Amino acid sequence: MDRFRGLAVLALIIVVLPLALRNSYHYDVAIRIGMNATMVVGLNLLIGYAGQISLGHAGFFGLGAYASAILTSRYGWPPIAAMISGMAAVGVIAFVVARPILRLRGHYLAMATLGLGIIIYMVLVNESGWTGGNDGMNVKAFSIFGFSLANERAWYWVTGAVLLVAIVLARNIVDSPVGRALRAVHGSETAAQVAGIDTARYKVRVFVVSAVFASAVGSMMAHYVGFITPQVSSFFHSIELVTMVVVGGMASTYGAVLGAAILTMLPQLLSRFEGYEMIVFGLILMLTVIFLPRGLVPTIAARLRKSD
Amino acid sequence: MLSQTLQYFFSGLTNGAIYALSALGFSLIYNASGVINFAQGEFIMLGGVCAVMLTAAGVPLPLAILIAVLVVSLVGLMLEKLAIEPAGDADVVSLIIITIGASIFLQGVAQVVFGPGQRALAPFTGDAPIMIFGASLLPQSMWMMGTGALIVLILAWFFGRTRLGKAMLATAHNRLAARLVGINTRHVLALSFVISAALGAVAGVVSAPITLTSYDVGIMVGLKGFVAATLGGLGSGLGAVVGGLILGLTEALAAGYISSAYKDAVPFVLIILILFFMPRGLFGARASERV
Repeated sequence: MDRFRGLAVLALIIVVLPLALRNSYHYDVAIRIGMNATMVVGLNLLIGYAGQISLGHAGFFGLGAYASAILTSRYGWPPIAAMISGMAAVGVIAFVVARPILRLRGHYLAMATLGLGIIIYMVLVNESGWTGGNDGMNVKAFSIFGFSLANERAWYWVTGAVLLVAIVLARNIVDSPVGRALRAVHGSETAAQVAGIDTARYKVRVFVVSAVFASAVGSMMAHYVGFITPQVSSFFHSIELVTMVVVGGMASTYGAVLGAAILTMLPQLLSRFEGYEMIVFGLILMLTVIFLPRGLVPTIAARLRKSD
Repeated sequence: MLSQTLQYFFSGLTNGAIYALSALGFSLIYNASGVINFAQGEFIMLGGVCAVMLTAAGVPLPLAILIAVLVVSLVGLMLEKLAIEPAGDADVVSLIIITIGASIFLQGVAQVVFGPGQRALAPFTGDAPIMIFGASLLPQSMWMMGTGALIVLILAWFFGRTRLGKAMLATAHNRLAARLVGINTRHVLALSFVISAALGAVAGVVSAPITLTSYDVGIMVGLKGFVAATLGGLGSGLGAVVGGLILGLTEALAAGYISSAYKDAVPFVLIILILFFMPRGLFGARASERV
């Protein structure tokens, strides 16, 4: 029952929210929150549930975005075909690198995923014949069967629907034997192995799933914004994604959504601190993790349970 | 042909010295606390930036260097006292985010104080290159290599011959046991941040005349220092130095003979390949997990 309650609340929020959105700027922020949330729900499976850090997921996001951009503009592919091809390609890449990378633990894993992300970033910067290099490239509007997603309202509903589907998928994985195996890996990988769990297989699977989520959102973001640069796969973007997971609350799907909402809005709110954005952003990041090490949603949930 | 290879060799060793100092900073803090300090690169940036601002204000170079190192050491101490200690025993991901937050914060401060542009420090002893077998070597490169070598010797003496250094090593091996024999492990933790910050500042000052400095130079140097530390095996002092030099040389040779556009990608390709085959780096200890 519990799992449907959260989903119903979120669906209600998505339906009611447009009443509060007064202009296209508000819609824009809401859409970005929805897209980031979708990606972070996937990343949370890897970091929050399986306990495996990735400092390179913006790389997969970038590959998805550029797959869509290049296939639609240079080869005239339909956007949906480009998006699915991007997801498939990222899935294969993630699958190939996952086994050797996920053998690593702790900081060595952080190093390897960070390196992977930076290599993808540099390929996008340097292969300017394909990607336009640092100048970036334009992306056509998304269209399917003759309908095109032209305005913010249309994108809002699509993003909301995709987010709900992503959450259902993620919750299904978490509540399945796979999810229990992942949590066992998080607790102690050796103990999980002793109990007969093929830890490598489960880690690879969730790594691939989270990479494909990132690729799909990359494609959507590319079409929605209409212009991309290699910055979408920068180290800083990878960090932002991990921060969303940690601030919202590790191993909490709705925490991931909240984390995405907060970190997407933060730069907008900080724009009034002109010139001081980095100082304030860095401070907020440190203070949140120091004082709420378990993240917002698990901390609040624990408080509520105590007061009952 | 020879002169060209020698030229790449010089530039590799010059950069390698900085990577080695950065990697030593990572390893010191990692040993004392288990934290990977992503703000290590900012220590390097701050060292360079402070020295540039002080000399521009008319402070003589030696005094400017001294002040820069002291200021950055203080920043390192504050980072440990105000951000790492209050976090207690948070998990790896949280600690990484805290140090990244600190890194962004320090960049923000530098951007406000120093401004957005790039500036260079004047070379310590002129810029007339010395020709060796047809390859030119800048005096500042010799400063960088010499300083790197000197610091490695000082650290070797410190850890091998002094009580304090041995206390730090003992803490790295087993914190509880170190406490039992009367070592104040909290002081050791603070000291490791101070030394790492000072190392970073020195690296930043000696490299500022060649690499230029600005508020955002710390990220790449820091990440490459992390690569070098991992390459040698996290926590190994010898590994950090060897890792830094290997990294600098590989990068320079790859930039010269393969592709200069992908120069910055070389360290990351190298580290991924090495971790595939040696998951704990070149000199990392084999460890078994306790359940």
